[in-house]
Amino acid sequence: MASTLVSKTAVPGCAQQQSAASSRVTRVLDLFDRHFRLITIAPAALLILSLTVAPAIELVRMAGAKIAFTNDGVERTAALAENIDRLANDWIYWRALLNTLVFVITSTLAELVLGLVLALAAQRMTRAKGIVRTLMLIPILIPPVAIGNMWRLMYNPEFGIIAYLVDQVAGVRLDMLGSTSTALLAVIIVDVWHWTPFMFLILLAGLEGLPEEVMQASHLDGANSLQRLRFIVLPMLWPAIAVAFVFRSIGAFKVFDQIYLLTSGGPGVSTEVLSLYVFKVFFQNNELGYGALLSLVTIAIVCSYLAVFRIAQRRKGAL
Amino acid sequence: MVLSPRRAWLAFAVVGLSLLSILAPFIWIVGVSLKFQIDILTGAFPFKPVTVNFDRVLFGKSSDFIAYAGNSLIVGLSSTALVLLIGAPAAYSLAWRRWSKLFSTLFLGWTLVFHMIPPITLIGPWYLLFREIGLYNTLTGLVLTHVVVNLPLTIWLMMSAFENIPRELEEAAVVDGCRTSTAFFVILLPLALPGLIAAGLLSFLFSWSEFSIALNLTTKETYTIPVAIASYAGENEILHGQMAAASVLSTIPAVILMFFGQRFILGGLTAGAVK
Repeated sequence: MASTLVSKTAVPGCAQQQSAASSRVTRVLDLFDRHFRLITIAPAALLILSLTVAPAIELVRMAGAKIAFTNDGVERTAALAENIDRLANDWIYWRALLNTLVFVITSTLAELVLGLVLALAAQRMTRAKGIVRTLMLIPILIPPVAIGNMWRLMYNPEFGIIAYLVDQVAGVRLDMLGSTSTALLAVIIVDVWHWTPFMFLILLAGLEGLPEEVMQASHLDGANSLQRLRFIVLPMLWPAIAVAFVFRSIGAFKVFDQIYLLTSGGPGVSTEVLSLYVFKVFFQNNELGYGALLSLVTIAIVCSYLAVFRIAQRRKGAL
Repeated sequence: MVLSPRRAWLAFAVVGLSLLSILAPFIWIVGVSLKFQIDILTGAFPFKPVTVNFDRVLFGKSSDFIAYAGNSLIVGLSSTALVLLIGAPAAYSLAWRRWSKLFSTLFLGWTLVFHMIPPITLIGPWYLLFREIGLYNTLTGLVLTHVVVNLPLTIWLMMSAFENIPRELEEAAVVDGCRTSTAFFVILLPLALPGLIAAGLLSFLFSWSEFSIALNLTTKETYTIPVAIASYAGENEILHGQMAAASVLSTIPAVILMFFGQRFILGGLTAGAVK
């Protein structure tokens, strides 16, 4: 059935090959064809091996060394114990880890709740939904550096719109990025602004995927909208919520660009996060060996988070 | 299901308010970019819009913005072309040709892990490697890193695009004497075009926005737009109008692509998240 269908719509390049049998070209093509499975995956595999697997192994090698740049090139001296000892006493790293966790949990939860409320509100709209979707894409797609820059101007205590609004409401000129007590909150607000639309889009797609019959049945059964949300919509949406949460929390864990622009980790260490600190150790202090150790610990944290999620997923079964 | 009028109003209010808070920062920043410094500092409103900031950013004597935009464009376009050229066949191989369970689990599992770890952790080794082989501070080196960073998402998007194509199409073509490879180029690839467009758009936008890698593997003459903006912000803390103008300019590709390709982008983003 399908075969007749295709042969009638003569596919260019497919029909004429029997005529040119046993020429050298055909032999090369035959060879190409026989190894096509390998040929198609080889470039990707090579690239991944050379630019991700090899560097990951290199990280392990680097972590046990002290690396210095001399005129003859790179000089490595063994320093594993020294690096580990330093990590154990490096309070800035642990503070950065704490800041990162606070940042990840607070911003992801806020994005989830706001995104869900917004998705529930937008779900029933018919004509407006398309334009809402389009506009919500803007923060996701523009360069994070531009977002950082933009919010830095908005937070500016002299003329920034946020400082102005806070002044109008509370009567104080706040420098939110410049004060240790508000800086972390300020960068969390930027992240929530940046990524709530993403949560909204994922959850809206999830909501639209729910079977309409169940909704109608529950309506006929006399469930009010809160009951429907609690006992039907949320349980059915749960897989989408879990995936969105994990996805976004890992994205938040990588945060670098905005904080680099907004505060560079300051004032003091109040917004220092893991990526930023690893960057500083690598490229400002030029301590490639110790930076590699920090990288490995950071990678281990991400991997164990992923593993825990995977196991939880398996336990739940369906997901 | 129809909402009661009161509920409908509430829903509209929630959505409207959210849209406003998403858009307000953009409107404000565009406003700042069109003001003289003195109007910015006094918060003048209404004000007479001027293009002086854009002129200085684009054509100022000490400004290399256009050259950096050129770098960004070169890196974005070539890394996108390469990632499609490498990623689409790989996705085809994994989705359509028989690989052992172990191999595909390892391959896809590793790309997932690589996609999830902060890129900054691998920039140290990249820096060492690129210095050694002469790719440090070259656009080629940056292109390679952007290709590998975009590879996981491209492979996943293309795999689901290929998996949606019925197997019979290829079988029929082979029965008709078509080569497996020809069938891939002539039949499968055109059918996977929507996936290709989505992956391409997302890769380009990522590359255009990418900051942490470019920051550490480039210097002055190979800067891309994000690095240029960040260094500009560091050097000229007080030139608020020009910083605003540079930020506004950097969002142009995203805004254009969003309006033309939003269907693909939306599909790609949500599919990428659900994987």
